[in-house]
Amino acid sequence: MWLYEKKLEYPVRVGKKDLKMAKYILTQFGGPNGELSAAIRYLSQRYSMPTGRAKGVLTDIGTEELAHWEMIATMIYKLTKGATPEEIRRADLGSTYAIWDKGIFPSDSNGVPWTSAYINTMGDPIADLHEDMAAEQKARATYENLINLTDDVDLQDALKFLREREVVHFQRFGETLDHLQGYMNGKKYF
Amino acid sequence: MDQLGLKLLREVQELEFALIELNLYLDTHPDDEAALSTFNKLSTRYAEVRRAYEEQVGPLVNYGHSGPVREPWRWIEEPWPWEIEY
Repeated sequence: MWLYEKKLEYPVRVGKKDLKMAKYILTQFGGPNGELSAAIRYLSQRYSMPTGRAKGVLTDIGTEELAHWEMIATMIYKLTKGATPEEIRRADLGSTYAIWDKGIFPSDSNGVPWTSAYINTMGDPIADLHEDMAAEQKARATYENLINLTDDVDLQDALKFLREREVVHFQRFGETLDHLQGYMNGKKYF
Repeated sequence: MDQLGLKLLREVQELEFALIELNLYLDTHPDDEAALSTFNKLSTRYAEVRRAYEEQVGPLVNYGHSGPVREPWRWIEEPWPWEIEY
């Protein structure tokens, strides 16, 4: 069961309308290293974890990723608010508008639709935790790219928050990997 | 949303963020008594601030988790989270 809290995890502000930036950020909504991939990855993997601790970490981080997914959508919503078709065309985003209007569709920045091929659920806890740690680093690098693409300090503030969360999640997954290795070395596996 | 609502929202966000962070930390350090004690202290404070926010703005959580509500049904009131201007 999940509940919805009618608030963002962290406030999202934008200093100005910026259609191109919205398109760049879209990759964190529906791209390979985005927040949807993260949430679905962790929430799918938890069923094959052998310990309560690993199940808890994947449940809690997976749930937080859904909150980040909402923050990303909020950035896109605010960056494109009030944009006219003419402005969209001038920003060279007419092809996006032609297909999706101003709908926020889970795709990467090039319009490639989200796919579960971006994630894996190996059923092997060690393999899955390694994927999760790599995923957090890839997301951190993506946020750094996005921060480099804008000079809007309000937008950068929320992007920096999300970048820092990737670092914390990486740390927690690393601790979970150590714990799982200890658990599996101390136990016969069949 | 009015200024008081925004101020209370900010407090809710700050407290819940601390609780998210402590929750993840406790997942991998379940024997850390100091962290557990801080978690409990903030959790009590969080419940108070949430009540104040909900009194001012409306229910924060769906499906009855924000307790009994008064008329009218405020859950559907705008702004939704992505529409709030901070």
